[in-house]
Amino acid sequence: MLYAIETEEITKRFDDIVAVNKVSISVKPGELFGLLGPNGAGKTTLISMLSTIAEPTSGKAKVWGFDVEKESSKVRENIGMVFQDTTLDDRLTGKENLDLHGRLYGLDGKTRKKRIEEVLALVELTERADSIVRTFSGGMMRRLEIARGLMHHPHVLFLDEPTLGLDPQTRNHIWEYIKILNKVEGVTIVLTTHYMEEADHLCERIAIIDHGDIVALDTPEALKDGLGGDVIILQLEKPDDKSKLCDIYDKNGCAKIVSRQNDEVFITVKNGEHQIPHILSLASNAGISILAVSLRKPTLDDVFLHHTGRAIRDKRVSEIEQVGFKIRSRRK
Amino acid sequence: MKKVLNRALQTVYTMWLREMLRFWRSKSRIIGSLATPLFFMVFLGAGFNSSFQVGGRPFDPSYLAPGLIGMVVLFSSMMGGVSIIWDREFGFLKEILIAPVSRFFVALGKAVGGVTTSVIQGILIMCIARLMGIEYQSLSGVIAAIAVMFVSGIGFIGLGITVASRIDSHEGFQMVMSFLTMPLVLLSGAFFPISKLPGWLSLLVYANPLTYGVEALRYFLLGESIIPIFRSITILFAFALAMTLLGGKLFGKMKV
Repeated sequence: MLYAIETEEITKRFDDIVAVNKVSISVKPGELFGLLGPNGAGKTTLISMLSTIAEPTSGKAKVWGFDVEKESSKVRENIGMVFQDTTLDDRLTGKENLDLHGRLYGLDGKTRKKRIEEVLALVELTERADSIVRTFSGGMMRRLEIARGLMHHPHVLFLDEPTLGLDPQTRNHIWEYIKILNKVEGVTIVLTTHYMEEADHLCERIAIIDHGDIVALDTPEALKDGLGGDVIILQLEKPDDKSKLCDIYDKNGCAKIVSRQNDEVFITVKNGEHQIPHILSLASNAGISILAVSLRKPTLDDVFLHHTGRAIRDKRVSEIEQVGFKIRSRRK
Repeated sequence: MKKVLNRALQTVYTMWLREMLRFWRSKSRIIGSLATPLFFMVFLGAGFNSSFQVGGRPFDPSYLAPGLIGMVVLFSSMMGGVSIIWDREFGFLKEILIAPVSRFFVALGKAVGGVTTSVIQGILIMCIARLMGIEYQSLSGVIAAIAVMFVSGIGFIGLGITVASRIDSHEGFQMVMSFLTMPLVLLSGAFFPISKLPGWLSLLVYANPLTYGVEALRYFLLGESIIPIFRSITILFAFALAMTLLGGKLFGKMKV
């Protein structure tokens, strides 16, 4: 088996909305792979298909060598899943939740006992093992779910927005667990996130997904280097001057246009500090007045912006995303 | 083959174990659920006794006991089946559906767990009624009555699961409880003899599976019934089997 996960033009439609559009990806065993995209981009739908919860409309996918449709039971034995929303039984204790899980996956009594201790220690919940889950904080529940997902030694672990809604400190903690799991237990991990920092910090490779399409796929460094240098953001006095300014830079060849939004133009240049005077003089020669300039190292946000023309944090949710979001909340 | 059977049994046992753990944690709810039938028995029994005559004799409050046991088993079983909606609402259903186990055995385990809690509650009512002075005809009758509770419980849990896999919110649950369970109880002969009913009512009563449960309980506990016991038992078994198959099948198709 060459790949832990391999998909071939996998597609999912809901009525007339394409949630995942002909996605082909391969993930190597032991890799920490990220799916980065805004809400409604199709991340959850994609991993739902990989984890046999949703059936693909068309296309194929193999997880740990097994076909998700024809050998779903085999796939289920080999994966662990941590959903976006809690799936714990909140009337039972942490230990009971883990024990029931172990039973469902056919672990015998001795193995269960040993493994429960191991996974609880890993997520530092040993002391709360016998408390009712209802009394847990959000972060503790998430940790318990991660522990539960690991109970049966899965080869592939799916984490759907593992740190959504958690405070920064807890988030850092969860990141550490995820790294340890990947390194120490050697689990292949596929996580979805819409936090740039998370994808950047954790993942060895990232697939950027938008409207169901993979728009870019590489290591975080390569994705950022692909932008061609430092990012300069120019705020214009008159938004109408945008295209004129872009044309000038295009012709001059000194900068690469990343995107233009409202009254701002994003460009990338090599050696940003030294290029700013040149960039500004080109603008002033053309009679375009610039209100503000900022320079920074590229982030994955810029990569997303470059590929989709929108910021991942964009508050304005487009129509199709809203529909996708509605579908998800209805299905909860 | 042996391995498959083992896994199936383990799945059923796991789901049963979960229901037991939850049952044990909700002791106060159990006590609350026993209150309604007890009030019925005490107040309705006393009220009927002082106002009505059946066949020339004053109404005997012990007549109500089998009906109320049937009512508790019905409520608790329907609740057990419909609780799948809660599992979906609070996410636990996903955890089950993604496990490498057969959904049919998951549903069966849930049913066996639910029926266990129903039978426990039925037995509690039976004991309390005994303490209140209602006499049962024999010990073997009591044991047979427990078996009747079990079989009818399975049927109503199957019905609950069937309904639950068709509705997608807990608002729907309220509808089911008011439009399904109350008529089932009122049309079962739990509170009145079914021998002299007008035609339309008699039709509804005989179409109601709970009628046969109550009649069988009354036969085994008090030694009297209008419907022949053999017919009641056959219908209860057929109902339980049909509902298990239907519930199991619909649960298998359930989406999260």
